[in-house]
Amino acid sequence: MESHSGIAAVVKKTLNRRYRAERRFRRIGLAAVAVGLLFLAVLFTAIVSKGYTAFQQTHVLLDVYVDPDVVHVGNLDSADYQGLIKASLRELFPDVKGHRDKRNLYKLVSSGAGSILRQKVLEDTSLIGRRIQIWVPADDDVDMVIKGHVDRSLPESQRRLNNKSLAWVDALKEQGRLEKRWNLTFFTAGDSREPELAGIWGATVGSFYTLLITLSLSFPLGTAAAVYLEEFAPRNRWTDLLEVNINNLAAVPSIVFGLLGLAVFLNFFGLPRSSPLVGGLVLTLMTLPTIIIAGRAALQSVPPSIRDAALAVGASKMQAVFHHVLPLALPGMLTGTIIGMARALGETAPLLMVGMVAFIVDIPRGFTDAATALPVQIFLWADSPERAFVEKTSAAIMVLLGFLILMNGAAVFLRNRYERRW
Amino acid sequence: MTTVGEIRAANPRMTCRQVNVYYGDKHAIKNVSIDIGRNEVLAMIGPSGCGKSTFLRCLNRMNDTIEGCRVTGTITLDGQDIYDPDLDVVLLRAQVGMVFQKPNPFPKSIYDNIAYGPKIHGLARTRSELDQIVETSLQKAGLWDEVKDRLKHPGTGLSGGQQQRLCIARAIAVSPEVILMDEPCSALDPIATARIEDLIHELREQYTIVIVTHSMQQAARVSQRTAFFHMGDLIEVGPTDRIFTRPRHSLTEDYITGRFG
Repeated sequence: MESHSGIAAVVKKTLNRRYRAERRFRRIGLAAVAVGLLFLAVLFTAIVSKGYTAFQQTHVLLDVYVDPDVVHVGNLDSADYQGLIKASLRELFPDVKGHRDKRNLYKLVSSGAGSILRQKVLEDTSLIGRRIQIWVPADDDVDMVIKGHVDRSLPESQRRLNNKSLAWVDALKEQGRLEKRWNLTFFTAGDSREPELAGIWGATVGSFYTLLITLSLSFPLGTAAAVYLEEFAPRNRWTDLLEVNINNLAAVPSIVFGLLGLAVFLNFFGLPRSSPLVGGLVLTLMTLPTIIIAGRAALQSVPPSIRDAALAVGASKMQAVFHHVLPLALPGMLTGTIIGMARALGETAPLLMVGMVAFIVDIPRGFTDAATALPVQIFLWADSPERAFVEKTSAAIMVLLGFLILMNGAAVFLRNRYERRW
Repeated sequence: MTTVGEIRAANPRMTCRQVNVYYGDKHAIKNVSIDIGRNEVLAMIGPSGCGKSTFLRCLNRMNDTIEGCRVTGTITLDGQDIYDPDLDVVLLRAQVGMVFQKPNPFPKSIYDNIAYGPKIHGLARTRSELDQIVETSLQKAGLWDEVKDRLKHPGTGLSGGQQQRLCIARAIAVSPEVILMDEPCSALDPIATARIEDLIHELREQYTIVIVTHSMQQAARVSQRTAFFHMGDLIEVGPTDRIFTRPRHSLTEDYITGRFG
């Protein structure tokens, strides 16, 4: 038998080893967290550093003479406003002769400049016959030069702007006629072939309608299913099978739901293609299992003693569930729903299958209008060849991430505010 | 196995005859017959897992909520078979209230805890009637003076003993005839326990009480009759003072003298 001090020495030796193991484990854990954070930081920096420039757009200051010969009360809507813009450019550079040079000169200004001028004249017809100063968006090629995304040392043939155009840009800049201004268009316009005219509002509205459909279908259906399965359904082979299937559905790749939507909603029911209605239905199918699983977990976390208490004072099963269990489970169910919605907001693949990937310029006005969604818009822009769409893509990602952070934040807030610990 | 002692009561509120309970294949209660007299406190004692809680839960059909639980035999309340398919279990539970081992107030206000039962049964027509029921119930449970100024406070904010008295008040509020108590003091400290035991004494005048307890001292203090369960059998039943002084069955004697438990 060892003496007391001998045992203490033995224990001490193992103690050191145990503490070392614990320290080692903590360091590994910290390192894992650090690596995760690092990746997140890299991701965010990459997106933000690429995208922040999209919130500004180069504008050109033009002196436009609203020629009464071109614009008069009879043709306010259809007058050749772009022609007026072109005339003002010719005035700025009177030396430019020749058809090709002129065309290049006109290309410095966005093709949407005319409609901006029209908007101004429509608002105030007294402008007709006067000379006005107006800021119009520059073409995306000019925008890229101003933002420093173009390498001027490249041979002329490999640049979008030739030497003459660059000289004009420099001249405009010297005269203070080029300025980067807040890009409101990006937040108010739909998609466009011209990067300087493209915006995310159309996709945002499309996403909104789609999610509205998804929420209004999947929340009541998911909650009802969760309550029935958890509180009322008998436990037998059929409900076990059902549970396994719901869990499997939650893991089904989302593109499969898209194919299902294509086959059922579009081809069989003939619902309108590319519409938020169909997109919402498909996302409902995708979100339902998530909501049911989260709902059941929330119901399970309500202790049985609450059910017992209600039943023991003579509440019926239904009353016990709806008066006591459901209100206590609701914060958890809402959290699950919000997280499901956030997933639905970021979902792209199933929407591609039901035609929400179309190029849509108009802002959707209802559930059956053709629309696209934010992540699909990102996909579309990422695929576009113009250099200016690179920053637009990143900016759209920032907007989408903003919405996602907002929704997940709401889920965390709900959980902390209303969750009850037992 | 036949039960030793007197299973009959002079003026029974509830009678149980040949009650068997099965959990799936497990035979949890074996052929138990016992009467529960009016205005008496019946204590049910026995080692853990002997089936006393299971039997208690038969008396207001709380076992219905357990999957795979099957009850045979007859249990009557005032002559009415409570397992009769025509009998409404909601009505039964309004007549046979229950207090659980762990205090389980609803996470609502003290007032709402008490008012819930009367509300769903439509026992009060007006707000003031409801107020009256809440006050009387809390008074009967000896809690009124402690909480009358904070009826809107959450019931879960009370101490453990207060919570348990709140649960008793909640059971009383629907004016039951029988109150079942499943180890109501096992989660409480000795002072809170003493208060509950005093309360049981007072409640006995108006209600029939069946209490499951692990503490033989408690059984001796609060009950008039005691039933000893072992492995699903009702071994012995009789007047409490006789059971604790002159047990007739050797198992009962072994248990109350602390040879097993």
